[in-house]
Amino acid sequence: MSKIFDTPLYPYQRVADQDASPTARHKVVIIGAGPVGLAAAIDLAQQGVPVLVLDDNDRVSFGSRAICFAKRPLEILDRLGCGAPMVEKGVVWDTGRVFVGEDEAYSFNLLPESGHKNPAFINLQQYTFEENLVERLRTLEAAGAPIELRGSNKVTALADNGDHVRLEIDTPEGSYLLEADWLVACDGANSPTRQMLGHDFKGRVFEDNFLIADVIMQADFPTERWFWFDPPFNRGQSALLHKQPDNVWRIDFQIGQDIDREEELKPENIKRRLKAMLGQGANFELEWTSIYTFQCRRMEKFRYGRTLFAGDAAHQVSPFGARGANSGLQDTDNLAWKLKLVIDGKAGEGLLDSYSSERVYGADENILNSTRSTDFITPKSKASRTFRDAVLALARVHEFARPLVNSGRLSVPCTYDGSALNGPDVAQLPRDTRPGAPMKDADTGDGWLLDKLGNRFQLVGFNIEVPEALEVDGITIKGLTLPATGNLKTRSLGDAGAAVYLLRPDQHVAARWLGYDETAVRDALKQAIGKG
Amino acid sequence: MLKLKPNFDDPDGFYAALLGAHEGLNDAESEALNARLILILANHIGDEVVLSAALDAVKP
Repeated sequence: MSKIFDTPLYPYQRVADQDASPTARHKVVIIGAGPVGLAAAIDLAQQGVPVLVLDDNDRVSFGSRAICFAKRPLEILDRLGCGAPMVEKGVVWDTGRVFVGEDEAYSFNLLPESGHKNPAFINLQQYTFEENLVERLRTLEAAGAPIELRGSNKVTALADNGDHVRLEIDTPEGSYLLEADWLVACDGANSPTRQMLGHDFKGRVFEDNFLIADVIMQADFPTERWFWFDPPFNRGQSALLHKQPDNVWRIDFQIGQDIDREEELKPENIKRRLKAMLGQGANFELEWTSIYTFQCRRMEKFRYGRTLFAGDAAHQVSPFGARGANSGLQDTDNLAWKLKLVIDGKAGEGLLDSYSSERVYGADENILNSTRSTDFITPKSKASRTFRDAVLALARVHEFARPLVNSGRLSVPCTYDGSALNGPDVAQLPRDTRPGAPMKDADTGDGWLLDKLGNRFQLVGFNIEVPEALEVDGITIKGLTLPATGNLKTRSLGDAGAAVYLLRPDQHVAARWLGYDETAVRDALKQAIGKG
Repeated sequence: MLKLKPNFDDPDGFYAALLGAHEGLNDAESEALNARLILILANHIGDEVVLSAALDAVKP
């Protein structure tokens, strides 16, 4: 049976644009059909914005690559209409265990709260993730949404001409030109778009090599994330074991600096490492192997004129923490509604600068966490190794040292504290749902809260009536009045009796009050679209 | 009573600050910094019972 990543999913087809004169103009062109580019396209098309995706390839990602998808991105996928099949297919997990040598030192649970629609994490191969997104794109396309995906269309030159970007595109049948009002670059860590436009990508480079061996095997390890420091099968280094669907297991070995890459990638050498870990009699088949080093870096800004950068093209972190694809999806979540308002003439271009500032803030949070994990996993100096080893030794005996053990701080949703888009807050209401934070899910007694929010500005009155609709500068705010009890009350009201929340189309809180005041809501809406 | 349950406000932040204090130091300087740090924290604690329990807890 051929693998999904060997199958052309969107093969090259000739299109009218290739023979068009004058050059065809598109509203939005997205470069890259990875998880981030596809999510951006679906988000925009769902909101009625015409969008064209160009990919230099014609199939999903080769190999499992990104495998951990966190709760917040799953909520975003729900809004995009394709969360359920991912969760159904994915391996649901919430527990991580950290071993030092042979002994367990520490375990953590990522979803201490019950009453959320989505799990803390699922593991799903990137190729399956992308396949689901392509399927969703095809469904939208069939229903008449303005979305198009062109395979084997490689962008070879770019120019920002002020009111549009001009693209030169290479295809199996020669090159053609296109113009785009807006360009969204989702073309990965080595982003050719970033390079062609000459933008910086600064940060730290780490020297240690890691070997990924995804293997197919029947095994009865639990569905947990297992991380070892100094295991007997990989002395002096670390290792990771994680389950994916279809009996695929992610095994990741730290293999140190100055390695012979070619030698390490030989199947017999990889199998030797695996047998040391799994036992000499272990039965497995290699699905995908890869050696990587990593960087923690980002672009200075994520918007340059008519070009917006998202995902790894804009920022890169180490894989410990699952903060790559998960943050890329939060980028598009933040970007799509803003781009729509600007294209519709309902907000000024300045709103797109808030995409940059909010997501740069998110990227810095990810880079900070990722850098700290990396410093712990691969200590760079004698002092840092001494403390690392002391923490590990103490953690085996004393609980106090366990929070210091850092095998990756897993992706949590970003709260845009300090964003210029944030409106008024009330200190009495729960801190977790302050302006800038994504709204927390809860059972409303009539479906999940987050299923009722998103894709539009939404006013929610918890235990207080709000109007069904309100129009501000051509933007409709929908109103929803909900009785709040149980988790819904705890998460939205805390000790307060009632509250009004204004939520953005990406389900983040824009502002909140203890009572309804139309003028205050109008002012907060203006602030949330950059007119404040 | 010596606290052996987690008590840090921000464990990762503290750890990063601790390593930051060692940045650019050679081994001898690092060792000396650690000694000063232990003494300053020990003085802050003061309580002989707690200090002696701590010494017991870290014995190899």
